[in-house]
Amino acid sequence: MAKQLLKGNIAVAEAAIRAGVQAYFGYPITPQTELLEWMSARMPEEGRAFVQAESELAAINMVYGAACTGRRVMTSSSSPGMSLMMEGISYMAGTEVPAVLVDVMRGGPGLGNIQPSQSDYNQIVHGGGHGDFHMIVLAPCSVQEAVDMTVLAFDLAEKYRSLVTVLMDGSLGQMMEAAELPPMQPLKKEFPEWAVDGVPGRERRLLTSIYMDAPAEEVTNMRLLNRWNKIRENEIRYKQYFLDDAEYAIVGFGSAGRIALSAVRQLRAQGVKIGLLRPITVSPFPMEAVETLGKRMKGMLVVEMNSGQMLDDVILATHGSVPVEFYGRTGGVVPLPDEIVNAVQRMIAGPVATSGHPRDRWIKYMSFIN
Amino acid sequence: MTVPELDRELEAVYQRPDALTDSNTHYCPGCTHGIAHRLIAEVVDEMGIREKMVGVASVGCSVFAYNYFDIDFVQAPHGRAPAMATGVKRVLPDRFVITYQGDGDMASIGMAEIVHAAARGENITTIFINNTNYGMTGGQMAPTTLPGQKTTSSPNGRDVETAGYPIRASEMLAKLDGASYIARRSLHDPKNIRLAKKAIRTAFEVQKRGLGFSMVELLSICPTNWGMTPRQSLQWLEEKMIPYYQLGDYKVNPAVAEIKI
Repeated sequence: MAKQLLKGNIAVAEAAIRAGVQAYFGYPITPQTELLEWMSARMPEEGRAFVQAESELAAINMVYGAACTGRRVMTSSSSPGMSLMMEGISYMAGTEVPAVLVDVMRGGPGLGNIQPSQSDYNQIVHGGGHGDFHMIVLAPCSVQEAVDMTVLAFDLAEKYRSLVTVLMDGSLGQMMEAAELPPMQPLKKEFPEWAVDGVPGRERRLLTSIYMDAPAEEVTNMRLLNRWNKIRENEIRYKQYFLDDAEYAIVGFGSAGRIALSAVRQLRAQGVKIGLLRPITVSPFPMEAVETLGKRMKGMLVVEMNSGQMLDDVILATHGSVPVEFYGRTGGVVPLPDEIVNAVQRMIAGPVATSGHPRDRWIKYMSFIN
Repeated sequence: MTVPELDRELEAVYQRPDALTDSNTHYCPGCTHGIAHRLIAEVVDEMGIREKMVGVASVGCSVFAYNYFDIDFVQAPHGRAPAMATGVKRVLPDRFVITYQGDGDMASIGMAEIVHAAARGENITTIFINNTNYGMTGGQMAPTTLPGQKTTSSPNGRDVETAGYPIRASEMLAKLDGASYIARRSLHDPKNIRLAKKAIRTAFEVQKRGLGFSMVELLSICPTNWGMTPRQSLQWLEEKMIPYYQLGDYKVNPAVAEIKI
């Protein structure tokens, strides 16, 4: 299939249709709305289910109901909408039903704004509502990757009876790029043995997240965690750039990772031996890859479009084996490659900090903003 | 005469419906949830839809409704049963989908979901249990609690000046064009129980014909949290609840009126 010029939101929507999504439930919110609009036209065209829900709360619970039937199902939203979906996310995790979520992040907290941001990292990667569970979170950095990861998301969701979030940001949702869409898959005809779908001639089935017996809930939690460990073993994905001979490394995901790559190229042109590690699965986070990398670097810079939410995971992964610095922009401000180049140059110039938190040093540096 | 021979000579006139499981109840003595469950199960048996059905349980005392029905079930977050039912029904439009919700669940935390499911004319059926309090958490004030009624969170009686007025959900939902059949019945005596069953059958027939949203509100008792005997509770329902929540059909679309039960 040839490449087409596609807007991120629409490309993801069409990719989901081609991946065989049978029901979509959503609610308008910028900068995600084109995804919903595309679905409103295309899903009925394909004879599939589309509902514009009354709220994100309702949308996620419609997803929950449809997911219980074992069919491929998804929703999409943006940061404040994701906050509302936390309830359903926790219930679906507790019920062990697969579904795909797309979060096109915007600036926050609160109503924030509609500019690109990565400030949902904590709520999606470490959060996701109450209880002991994890979601798989895929972070594309281009429209093509967003397309590919949407298809992958459905496969992973089904394979692990897990929730998978495609974590994008406003710029990825809104920008147009050349991308190749996947071929149209036929809809699933066989459904899992747990699917609650009202089929005659078998024992009744039940899906619930309630275990009044505490030991039974603990068994469920351990099952979820063991499954998570399998996901950690099999599904960690990341991309490395210019790292073979590097002395310094940037770690960044999604759009921030892509901007950081421009900075790396600029720095390489200046003769700086620097590379980039871009986590693709931010959950499970590539702990070992970052740890291994840290051991052979002189310094690492974490770049994010938030105040250092993934930074905490990098610090955890490297546990003091390498000096770590941070550069980020928040509230919907997108960093320019030059800002990242400057941050790298400051890091290289030293002196190496031996105490304190990289976030605090960054806050001090950013004192021109107030 | 041996016992098996005796069995052959006797005709079973009353037994557990196939749609109910053989299990002990967790509901309190005197609670009318059991009657509501049985009525639904009898209608399911009569229509032969047990294996073409998905039930959606709610949060509250009826959170365990799925234990009693020999029917495929899912269990919704508090108030979200109509949204979950929408999800199920949209991918499986030929299955019977019902929600079973209490008043705290449906008329408070889940008000948006029920209003919009009705407004969309979602082809699902809601069985709405109104017992004027949150039973599961120990009898707190619900949106249906009557003015002056004492609960554990309105210890001096519901003061409408600060806690507002009860919501009449059937009257409210009946205003929506997507609602095809909305009826309120009561479970306080045999005659009304028979009428309640007929209304549940009508609601299911509405769904079978694809006529849109249907709901049967069932006035119910909660002796434990009301602090009354079951008999006193039935009397209280008749004397206090029915004047406020009048029984009747609140919405019967013309196509529904033609259904003969």
